[in-house]
Amino acid sequence: MSLEYYLILSALLFTIGVIGVLIRRNAIIIFMCIELMLNAANLAFVAISRSLGQVEGQLFVFFVMAVAAAEVAIGLAIIVSVFKHRETINVDEVNSLKG
Amino acid sequence: MNPEMILFFIFGAVSLIGAIAVISFRHPIYSALSLIVTFFAQAGLFVILGAHFVAAVQVIVYAGAIMVLFLFVIMLLNLGTLSEKGALTGKLKGVAIILGILLAAQGIYIAVNALNNTEVGSEAAQEKAAALTNNPIETYDIGELLFSKYLLPFEVTSLILLAALIGVIVLVKRENQTEN
Amino acid sequence: MSNSLIIILLISPLVGFLINGLFGKWLKGNEKLSGTIGALAVLVSLICSIIAFVNVQGSEKPFNEVLYSWIAGESFTFNIGFHVDALTTVMLLVITGVGFLIHVYSIGYMHGDEGYTRYFAYLNLFVFAMLILVLGNNYLMMFVGWEGVGLCSYLLIGFWYEKQSATDAGKKAFIVNRIGDFGFLLGMFTLFAVFNSLDFSTIFSGAEAKSDEIVFGVNGIMLATLLLFVGAVGKSAQLPLYVWLPDAMEGPTPVSALIHAATMVTAGVYMIARSAVLYNIAETGVVVAWIGVLTALFAAIIALKQNDIKRILAYSTVSQLGYMFVGVGVGAYASGIFHLVTHAFFKGLMFLTAGSVMHAMANELDIRKMGGLRNKLPITHATFLVGALAIAGAPFLSGFWSKDEILHSAWGSSKAIYIIGLITAFLTAFYMFRLIFVTFYGKSRVEPEVASHLHESPAVMWVPLAILAIPSALIGLLLGVGVHNSWFHHFTEKVAGFKGEALEGSAIPFMIISSIVGILGIAYAWTRYKDRVPSAEPTNALQKLVANKFYVDEVYNTFIVQPIKNASHFLLWKLFDTGIIDGIVNGVAALIRVIGGTLRRLQTGLVQVYIVSMVLGIVLFLAYYLFFA
Repeated sequence: MSLEYYLILSALLFTIGVIGVLIRRNAIIIFMCIELMLNAANLAFVAISRSLGQVEGQLFVFFVMAVAAAEVAIGLAIIVSVFKHRETINVDEVNSLKG
Repeated sequence: MNPEMILFFIFGAVSLIGAIAVISFRHPIYSALSLIVTFFAQAGLFVILGAHFVAAVQVIVYAGAIMVLFLFVIMLLNLGTLSEKGALTGKLKGVAIILGILLAAQGIYIAVNALNNTEVGSEAAQEKAAALTNNPIETYDIGELLFSKYLLPFEVTSLILLAALIGVIVLVKRENQTEN
Repeated sequence: MSNSLIIILLISPLVGFLINGLFGKWLKGNEKLSGTIGALAVLVSLICSIIAFVNVQGSEKPFNEVLYSWIAGESFTFNIGFHVDALTTVMLLVITGVGFLIHVYSIGYMHGDEGYTRYFAYLNLFVFAMLILVLGNNYLMMFVGWEGVGLCSYLLIGFWYEKQSATDAGKKAFIVNRIGDFGFLLGMFTLFAVFNSLDFSTIFSGAEAKSDEIVFGVNGIMLATLLLFVGAVGKSAQLPLYVWLPDAMEGPTPVSALIHAATMVTAGVYMIARSAVLYNIAETGVVVAWIGVLTALFAAIIALKQNDIKRILAYSTVSQLGYMFVGVGVGAYASGIFHLVTHAFFKGLMFLTAGSVMHAMANELDIRKMGGLRNKLPITHATFLVGALAIAGAPFLSGFWSKDEILHSAWGSSKAIYIIGLITAFLTAFYMFRLIFVTFYGKSRVEPEVASHLHESPAVMWVPLAILAIPSALIGLLLGVGVHNSWFHHFTEKVAGFKGEALEGSAIPFMIISSIVGILGIAYAWTRYKDRVPSAEPTNALQKLVANKFYVDEVYNTFIVQPIKNASHFLLWKLFDTGIIDGIVNGVAALIRVIGGTLRRLQTGLVQVYIVSMVLGIVLFLAYYLFFA
């Protein structure tokens, strides 16, 4: 079973995540897409780890997951907080930084 | 076509479909459920790759903890179906899809070609991978490395989680005060 | 003589200035203290000057000490240093002596003025600057003092700054002086180009060797002396830059006495006497002498038709300064300086008496509104008479000695200068006694309101008058007997460059002639003005011309001031400043605004637009990395 298949799959998943981030307005879905991208990276990590026969690849997946968990916790807290202030979580309505 | 190949295509197809479903559904709940499907399929891929520990963590942490958190927030906010009409419809959407296709093409290009000249694609690595199939990486190996060579990053991870914990409390608590 | 003596001499007025200047707020309620500090500071300097004077008499060489190096370059050094010789001590005594008396007088004169402490602060600062001017051992230090006295002059002319005419006069004095100072600066540069130094000792000892040095295509020393003389013309109010001095009378009268009669305006004469070596070599003294004598005549003519008591004295000062320049111009440096000394006393005296008159007359300046003051102001009258007799050259009073020396020396140099000088002497006697007869004699024309409290000045004012009257009368007799063989000439003969001037014949006939001329002038004034008021309106064209000061101010205004104003307004302000400078500044700002206005549209505040740009960046970077790197 060749490494390439896994990497192609990883690239496709990642791209779907990117497109999701770009086209959806709902902040929660954008967050999910980010998780999708992280997972795609994880897949590449594990696949290459097996190809090289190195444990570090799987170890990094572990770290990525820990960071992802932290990020989701914070991100969702921010979304909740934004929703309380603005009654919306649509990112195009949260544009106070408009120049 | 060996069993591994068959399983790869099944799990790969499921995760792709799940991913597309995530970005397609109007209602966040459906997106979340699709994401869980994708995560499970990925856990299957990890099993095929011999990464049993990662597969287990994927199911427990992602599909279990993180996705529950997502669902929890979705239900808390009770958003319902969202209109997708907004500033981003139209031009930007087109640009985004074109960019996505370009990015995917580049990723595939890397996967197919670029690896030929790297260590990952080398013959030595191929042999090693073949040997590994017979002798897969055990959870024991991960644990040993984690608590010896990567002890410091491991502890730093715990700090990140702690910071996240405190951050969430601060964010939510301030809201309560302003409301009172 | 020691350094410390000079330093105390110099620093004392500075300390007075600092106390009155910095703590004036707390001294305000206590005029006596403030004035006493000011006067004491100068008294200390006066005592030091007397000690220095005594020391100089015995010494062969001038005292020349460098205190420290001010500006040290690779090939040149400018030092803070002192040069004390007979000429310096004479100046020191005049500055601190007259200065001290005027400080004392000011205590009474400025009584009750709003800016009492400020006045004494400025006055002390002036004395300090003037001392630097005469004590410096190089031209740069002299220039520092030169500018310092200019500044104080400006501050004191405009002392009553709420009066428009006073601030205008201050500005006029300052600006006109700038022209002269510019000449002085260029002169310094030229000297530096020739000698690579500004030290008196270096320049005077090396002048002979460098007498043929060419700078900017002309003889360096000649150019330098002429440019320095431009400075002197400005500072000492000679033709054509005299116009500021009559206006400077807007300041308090003691200031006119100290700065605009006795000391500052004589700085130009001092400077030329100090540079005697250079003028001897360059032989540019003839220019100095001619400018001097023409100024003397011109100012004396204008003084004939003035009715403002202080302005008559101002024009008289300009005229007498002209005499001094004749003296130093024809090479009779000692005589010129001698006249400077006597003039400082009698002109200072006359200004102070004028101040006393004003004090009594509630600041009335117009002599036509006076008359018969002799009985009411006996001391003032007596002292003024002494001063006027001295300036008119009445036999054996101080002006008699000093002026005759100059005229005698001038005869040896040029007969024309002598004759013009003699005419001026006649005019001087005439306008001075016109002033006296109209002011102190005849019927009183004082307005009844003013007449009711017409009074003699307080002791603090008339005592300095009386003290000044003594040297005004006698100093000539004391120092000048023997004329060119007098004590004063012996005292100053060791000063660098003071040579025996070319003399023709004995001095006695000249003295008799000028005495007669002076007495004729007085007598003519008596016949015309003993009981007649100067007519308000000039009767013929010539009189009108004189009464309007030859329209010099108007000519300057039309041909110099207005064109410069217009050029400044249209060329500098409208075109250059508003058009070009502001245009550049505003243009840059406008450009940035346009760029910013365009760029700010990118800041939509929509996070996804930012992410699109980021992804675009990633795609481009990857493309470059994959296909072009």
